Amino acid sequence: MALLQIAEPGESTAPHEHRLAIGIDLGTTNSLVATVRNGIAVVLNDHDGHSLLPSVVAYTKTGDVKVGFGAQAVQSRDPKNTIVSVKRFMGRGIKDVAHIENCPYDFVDAPGMLKIRTAAGMKSPVEVSAEILKALRSLAEEALIGNSGGKLVGAVVTVPAYFDDAQRQATKDAARLAGLNVLRLLNEPTAAAIAYGLDNAAEGVYAIYDLGGGTFDISVLRLSRGVFEVLATNGDAALGGDDFDHRLYCWVVEKAGLSLLSPGDTSALLVKVRETKEFLSAHTEARITAALSGGQTIDLAVTQLEFWEMTRNLVAKTLAPTRKAMRDAGLTAQDVKGVVMVGGATRMPHVQQAVAELFRQAPLNNLDPDKVVALGAAMQANVLAGNRSREDEWLLLDVIPLSLGIETMGGLVERIIPRNSTIPVARAQEFTTFRDGQTAMSVHVVQGDRDLVSDCRSLARFELRGIPPMTAGAARIRVTFQVDADGLLSVSAREATSGVEASVTVKPSYGLTDDQITQMLKDSYEHARDDVHARALREQQVEAERMSEATQAALREDADLLGLEEAETIMAELETLKRLAAGTDHRAIKLQIDAVNRVTEPFATRRMDRSVRRALAGRSVASIGS
Amino acid sequence: MALELQLDYFDMFGLPARFSLDDEELGRAYRDLQAVVHPDRFVNASDAERRVSMQQATQLNEAYRTLKDPVRRAAYLLRRQGIDPELDTNTSMPTAFLMEQMEWREAIEAASGSADSRELDQLSCRLGGELRRMYAQVGQQIDERGDFAGAAETVRKLMFLEKVSDQIGDAMESLEEGTGD
Repeated sequence: MALLQIAEPGESTAPHEHRLAIGIDLGTTNSLVATVRNGIAVVLNDHDGHSLLPSVVAYTKTGDVKVGFGAQAVQSRDPKNTIVSVKRFMGRGIKDVAHIENCPYDFVDAPGMLKIRTAAGMKSPVEVSAEILKALRSLAEEALIGNSGGKLVGAVVTVPAYFDDAQRQATKDAARLAGLNVLRLLNEPTAAAIAYGLDNAAEGVYAIYDLGGGTFDISVLRLSRGVFEVLATNGDAALGGDDFDHRLYCWVVEKAGLSLLSPGDTSALLVKVRETKEFLSAHTEARITAALSGGQTIDLAVTQLEFWEMTRNLVAKTLAPTRKAMRDAGLTAQDVKGVVMVGGATRMPHVQQAVAELFRQAPLNNLDPDKVVALGAAMQANVLAGNRSREDEWLLLDVIPLSLGIETMGGLVERIIPRNSTIPVARAQEFTTFRDGQTAMSVHVVQGDRDLVSDCRSLARFELRGIPPMTAGAARIRVTFQVDADGLLSVSAREATSGVEASVTVKPSYGLTDDQITQMLKDSYEHARDDVHARALREQQVEAERMSEATQAALREDADLLGLEEAETIMAELETLKRLAAGTDHRAIKLQIDAVNRVTEPFATRRMDRSVRRALAGRSVASIGS
Repeated sequence: MALELQLDYFDMFGLPARFSLDDEELGRAYRDLQAVVHPDRFVNASDAERRVSMQQATQLNEAYRTLKDPVRRAAYLLRRQGIDPELDTNTSMPTAFLMEQMEWREAIEAASGSADSRELDQLSCRLGGELRRMYAQVGQQIDERGDFAGAAETVRKLMFLEKVSDQIGDAMESLEEGTGD
């Protein structure tokens, strides 16, 4: 008699069916897609065998969109419509992006997030990122499904650990726009740690050193019982492997005595030096040969040591933020159990050496540093898709990077969910009305770790209306924050006695630069410094005011000692001083005070001369009289 | 709303409602439970299931946060008895205790004023000892004597001492910052 097989309730009837899931590293310079095949994480290559897809999107008048190498090829011809490093603009307004004036794009400010006017129309950073994600999705579908008719279950997409709600939301929106089911947003350093198998077995503090093409990030994570806690992040948004290329390029130009190069020669030479840089990671000497368009040929030898010497200070520039992150985490090198290397630029031996010296241990580098984030994302996607048995599944418990709170009286922040709370998390807080008969209340949601609203990032504002008129302090308004497993926030408010309810999914009202986020994190560790800063600022403001008044009084008395141009210069400098003194940068005020001092020096000399002469004149008159 | 549908935190972990508990066991129970309810286990489930999963995981995080911290745990045990140690403003703190608080504060100020990090270290050690002594005391009051009023006072004292601990931490940090760069 045949026995019937009965599946456990809730258990899949086809337990061995592999569900297709991918991990995506959506990078500033390059993006990758990976998956787990036969239990091993692998990066998927395109038709030409490339594993890295340049994060470049080109738009044309015909509405045609090119992504990756195709877009990179037209970049020099059509820079205005070729968007590079779009990640910098995600969830950001124009004011929030550092050095935006250096970008060749036609930016349009829009509430919450900027937009870019292209030949194919207005594009938001979410749409541009979606093009990159679409390209990765079709690459993955072709590689994994082909003609077999399967279906992609979903994707894990990585984001930097310091990404706030607006940036995370924008990333998730982009993935949705690309037709991807987002299984989870995952912090990049956490993904790198997963790729190294630091999930279940390893307990302790790990540093993730990520030197990419154009950005540097350092994250300090604590792993305990499968919880990945971000202790500190720091970095340099304008430092990466490209800077090393540029140093070598300048060296070649100088050595070969080259003068003005054509754009074609410049880009050809940049490709050469990049190859040379990569060659020098495994060899002690390299030759750089090139034939320029003007008929000139270059043939130079460069040693590994020479290259290290010319780029030594670039390596040093990564160590300062690294030390800072360690200090912020309250840790020393001895506390770190392992250092994970991420980003192609970490292949350079002198980078490895410097990191090894700083942490007094050899860094973990047996995985490809360009691929490690994507590999970790793929491993997490595989778990989330349910492809592993319960026993060897790990559970990743992430935390929110920045505290969440709301604005209260006097522009102060009432912190509702502190940073580093394990997600998902919900917290409720009761508030009351301020005036008799108050029927509406506005709720301003902010993210950050400072006490003043103006020092935090504004995430959303909403109004709770229809509160029954009561005496001040009688209403009970309960505001609930819910942060889901992706770190995304929703807020609802409810008046307890009447049941009036309002809720919002938080959309950004303005953005901050990554530097500001780093600064916010840093500042939260530096309360002690606030007083120092506030005092320094106040001192400079008082000094600035004193200076302005004195100079203006002098101008009233002795304006005849100044030429028209001189007077105008002084007035202009005083105007600048007045503007800076209204700000908060005490160093800038100090510098401007110095500037005013400089331009008024000849005037002061002349005034002094006049006073001396007057005094002399008075005395001689007096002596004559006596 | 699920947040208001509160389950007893000790019941959630299958642990007896006592102050003294095994940290390891609590941690294991937490991980085992999260492994079942966490949203990562429901990424492909229906919206309703995902919502429930999020609510459960959220509650579990809150419960774990409460029970793993001795002061929060003690305060929670008291609230289960209908006593809110944070709300009780009728009882003022004993004068001797308030004097001690002043002394702590003065000692911290003196140490940070003279940039004496070793003195701060010593203060921190002394405070650590004091905290441990009071954890033991609150444990006895709750678990053995059922003296909840006494425990409430100990919890209030612990809350004061935690602020002192924060102050020592801040003072240490500002000393390090001053010499660090």
